[in-house]
Amino acid sequence: MRKSRSLSVGTGLFILLGFGALFFLTTQTTSHGLAFGSKPHYDLIAKFDNVGDLKVGSPVSMSGVEIGRVVSIDFDMKVYKAVVKLSISDKYNQIPSDSDASIYTQGLLGGKFIGLTAGGAETYLKNNDQIDFTQSAFVLENLIGQLVANFAKSSGDATHDAAPAAPEKKK
Amino acid sequence: MKVLKDPWVSLIASLKSLGDMARFLLRLVLGSPRALLRFELVSEQIYNAGALSLVIIMLSGLFVGMVLGLQGFQLLQRFGSEEALGTATAIGLVKELGPVVTALLFAGRAGTALASEIGLMRATDQLSAMEMMAVDPIQHVVVPRFLGGVIAMPLLAAIFSMIGIYGGQLIGVQIMHVDAGSFWSQMRASVGLRDISEGIVKSLIFGVACSLIAVYEGYYAEPTAEGVGRATTRTVVTSAVMTLFLDYLITAMFL
Repeated sequence: MRKSRSLSVGTGLFILLGFGALFFLTTQTTSHGLAFGSKPHYDLIAKFDNVGDLKVGSPVSMSGVEIGRVVSIDFDMKVYKAVVKLSISDKYNQIPSDSDASIYTQGLLGGKFIGLTAGGAETYLKNNDQIDFTQSAFVLENLIGQLVANFAKSSGDATHDAAPAAPEKKK
Repeated sequence: MKVLKDPWVSLIASLKSLGDMARFLLRLVLGSPRALLRFELVSEQIYNAGALSLVIIMLSGLFVGMVLGLQGFQLLQRFGSEEALGTATAIGLVKELGPVVTALLFAGRAGTALASEIGLMRATDQLSAMEMMAVDPIQHVVVPRFLGGVIAMPLLAAIFSMIGIYGGQLIGVQIMHVDAGSFWSQMRASVGLRDISEGIVKSLIFGVACSLIAVYEGYYAEPTAEGVGRATTRTVVTSAVMTLFLDYLITAMFL
């Protein structure tokens, strides 16, 4: 009897330790620890021309403080824009309705996140409201493309100006 | 060199043993619900396979984590990104080293014990005696041991990973002076639930494979001292190869 009791206690301790370790792995080594109990939150929608490499789970921040996460990214075939659904913690329920959302980059080559800048309206955004003012992600290729185009245009103009002049000199 | 002389026969033989093992697994799975009702038998085996393996698992986890911390630090230092050490240690342990090394240790510590125990029961006719008393040896001897292994293995792997992460933290933060805050926060930012679930799925499947191989080899061991010894050896070899093979398959599946 005594042996079987200490055996049961040992088994119980082992199982407890095992599940404790599983709990540690799921909550302490991932950022999902807090999402488990599904804390009270509300959803906002923002439409962007281009989301870059924004991902589901990317943070949403205001003044650099994380207030929520991106929960889904979809494409709207009617207006040809990316529809991003943000889940904002209920604690931050006083975001003015004319606030704007922009997509920024963490660090030089880091992931993307959404930054909200407060507007001045008296009314606040509610569940499933849409943020009207958005600014797309900064896409490096577009910028380089523009730069190259500008450069080509200006150097093209230069050669155009120079071209008629050159033969004259030869003559 | 019978194997070379007659490849056809050896092919048939290996196919037969694969089929036997699959049928054995089916019998074990069908017997499992009834065995779970008599939980004291299973819990005894969880104690044997799990709690008694705890010391070796924890020690190995600590040292594997410390090695990861040391090697990871040396490597990451070259790129000036020591802060990623937490991520490297956690991902390496949770997805790969935790389940695989635990399965190898499990096969060596618990698998051999299972195989030799059941094999010795076979050799000393205990199993036949049970059959004569109309007691199904599979239901009473094999299924509880199998279930004990299957339940213990994921828990052991989780403990291994947890201790390993602390081992990496011990080396990285305490000795190499990586910032503790960035060690943990970078880990939290880049380890996803998907990584954890990959580790859990792996350890579950390894647990089924290693336990199945151990009880199968033991149950069908040649009833002699030599046969039991061979069954024990085969358990370790087959479990190790099977674990690494399955590891590749599951990793490819999760990509």
